[in-house]
Amino acid sequence: MSTTMGPDASTDASAAAPASRSPLGRVDWRRYIIYIGFVVVFVAFAVTLGDQGFLSTNNLLNIFRQAATISIIAVGVTFVISCAEIDLSVGSVAGLSSVCTAMAVSQWGVLAGVAAGLGVGLVVGSINGSLVSLLNIPSFLVTLGMLGIAVGVAQWITDSAPQPIRNDTYNLVFGGGNFGPVPGLLVWMGLFVAVGAVVLAKTRFGRQVLATGGNRVAAEFSGVRTRRIKFQVMLVSAVVASVAGMLYAGRLESGRFQWGSGDELSAIAAVILGGTSLFGGYGTVVGTLFGSLLISLINNGLILAGLDTSQQQVVRGAIIILAVALARRK
Amino acid sequence: MSQSEESVASRPEGRDAAVRMRRITKSFDGVRVLTDVDFEVLHGEVHALAGGNGAGKSTLMKILQGVYSLDAGEIEIDGRPVQLGSIQDARAAGIGMVFQEFSLVPTLTVAQNISLGVEPLSRGGLIRDREAVRRAREVFAEMEVEVDPRAKVGDLGTAYWQLTEIAKALSQDARVLIMDEPTASLAKHEADALFELVGRLTRRGISVIYISHRMDEVYRIADRITILRDGRRLLTEALADVTPAQIVEGIVGKEIEGQMSYQQRPARDGAAEPVLELQDVTAGPRVRGVSFSVGRGEIVGLAGLMGSGRTELARVLFGIDPLGSGSIRLRGQELRLSGPQDAMAAGIALIPEDRRAQGLVLEHSVRENLTLPLLGRMRRGPLLDDRKGRSLARDLIERFSIKVADPDRPVRRLSGGNQQKVVIAKWLGTEPAVLVMDEPTAGVDIGTKSEILATIRSLADEGMAVLVISSEYPELLAVSDRVVVLREGAVHRQLDRADIPDENHLQLAVQGA
Repeated sequence: MSTTMGPDASTDASAAAPASRSPLGRVDWRRYIIYIGFVVVFVAFAVTLGDQGFLSTNNLLNIFRQAATISIIAVGVTFVISCAEIDLSVGSVAGLSSVCTAMAVSQWGVLAGVAAGLGVGLVVGSINGSLVSLLNIPSFLVTLGMLGIAVGVAQWITDSAPQPIRNDTYNLVFGGGNFGPVPGLLVWMGLFVAVGAVVLAKTRFGRQVLATGGNRVAAEFSGVRTRRIKFQVMLVSAVVASVAGMLYAGRLESGRFQWGSGDELSAIAAVILGGTSLFGGYGTVVGTLFGSLLISLINNGLILAGLDTSQQQVVRGAIIILAVALARRK
Repeated sequence: MSQSEESVASRPEGRDAAVRMRRITKSFDGVRVLTDVDFEVLHGEVHALAGGNGAGKSTLMKILQGVYSLDAGEIEIDGRPVQLGSIQDARAAGIGMVFQEFSLVPTLTVAQNISLGVEPLSRGGLIRDREAVRRAREVFAEMEVEVDPRAKVGDLGTAYWQLTEIAKALSQDARVLIMDEPTASLAKHEADALFELVGRLTRRGISVIYISHRMDEVYRIADRITILRDGRRLLTEALADVTPAQIVEGIVGKEIEGQMSYQQRPARDGAAEPVLELQDVTAGPRVRGVSFSVGRGEIVGLAGLMGSGRTELARVLFGIDPLGSGSIRLRGQELRLSGPQDAMAAGIALIPEDRRAQGLVLEHSVRENLTLPLLGRMRRGPLLDDRKGRSLARDLIERFSIKVADPDRPVRRLSGGNQQKVVIAKWLGTEPAVLVMDEPTAGVDIGTKSEILATIRSLADEGMAVLVISSEYPELLAVSDRVVVLREGAVHRQLDRADIPDENHLQLAVQGA
């Protein structure tokens, strides 16, 4: 090697660091804070709440079950946030989807119900995506507006009345039943997390989402159609949220406009806890899964500890702020 | 003789053109920015492209990159006419760009950036990251440089960013590389390594279009130079046939040589009337016991290599970083700076190095930027008096001859040189006693540079104490009455301007020989 900039530049600490970084010497532990946090909280609860049945199979399954819908929504939101956008409408999209699915199932059957639910996601996602990518309206504002619109429509078309689903097949498949020994909700959760993780980390689409979020101009100059990517992440997020709505409908055997209400905040918290950068450019679906599980774990532990709802909210909020503060770089 | 024949005349024998642009014409909103420009680059040639701000350099290059369409004219690549309708078209035709403001995704790794958009895929459609790393290694091996393809770009220094950009272009079979101010953020040894790399690339037949304001670099690596002025081609010459004075004159259209050479100013008894005195100033790991003073009406240059503590010292003086030990005195009074507000109140102004990030709110108007440090003086009761702000802004625009049609236009729209003038004007509006300037002319063309240097001189003539931090020796030599050389966070030497015969002398002092 005739010339290298490596040895020359070794006086510059920041430039030389990556070369001298050993695999374990300088692990960026902040990136793994969610796993550390999960284990710490789990052990703490296991020790203090072991007597109250925290470690029973049923309770542990409950933690997963409660995390399921949030984590599915959060998988979609991970793509949005990795792309340096935000989606506040996911919770109300889930509610609208549950309502439309329930109405279609009772009228025309299971397939129509599924089509109606997915249709909600496709329509809302296309509107969000078009406004963000074509008209350059900030996604925060677009989806804030859509949050109200979706809930309003759901309330309007049902006269605020719950829409019962009496179709056992539907309820069984979409969250109410077990697949073999495993609760159906967990299978759905596993499916979305697995597909989401592979798509974000290993496909060209996922890479382009990260590039667009990390430096949009650079991505554009590298041949990435960033407008299309922004449209697609908004679409993905809404469709995934609509599936979550269908799972609410199946598990609770009804569609109601309140299902999913407030989920956008839990989902965003799960995504950020999981280590995805709020400023875009870095995202991890597996981290998001653990973020959702951690939130569910905390809820579960606080209930077992006998805290009432108001106290739970305070403690949960404090833990989330603490975790995000620890995960912050520099 | 027509322009295109003339350009053929200055071309070395026996080499074909990699790119030939003929009679390129382009207007924006009816304003002509390029008129009948001819430009060509031969295989394996380094062709410098020069011109002042607004001469049309970047428009011409953006046409070649497929960012802008052309109104009239034609482009040939390797002798074949091409239509460059998009960035993708230009890339497919073999045009690669190394950007001035780097265009990598900091959150991705080197290999991921290099393969962005052309990732190797497995049959199932998944990205083969290992293959991407292997290909990145191959390109770096060809370039004969060492870069870890798995390192995250955001963790690397700017020299590596540039190498990554070059590797990215080469990996996509670029035959022509456009380099826009590639050494702007490199230390000297890094720039040297870059020049050697350019040499290796051109020997393999790759052509380089080199845009730089730095004359010594152009002479060092370019074969020919084309100068644009006011959207027209002024000349294309082999560098052996033009003198630096001709080039400078060609760029600015008037003789300004004098501005870049030292002008003896009326003798100053700087020591007798010190305004700013530093005594054993220590802060953080980079500033370790700095002592010197700046007198009334004196310009002191601060020289030193990257990491010598120059910028860090400026931050301490402006109260951004806390003073560890030692003292800073202004007109004999010891300062306790707990933030920039204190420094401003005491009469110290800092013009930061990275003006876009630290000096300007780009989306705000020229007027708002100019009056930001002056809001205290624009108050009427609890409200701001906009009329007063307007007249303050007008005065400053006039005094610093900032070229702006309307003070309410966003600063973002101004050229780099005019943006720099806004930053300077903004701080001088506070009428400070001490002015600290960090790299005051980075990234501006030579015409603006000489105006800025003239401004510095006239401010000192009015009695201001000025501290100029710069890595450009000609600039330091042009304005400084005294040069303080920092090394490893401490004062290495202090030189009177009269004791510095030439640039080499200063350079040796800085590098500590």
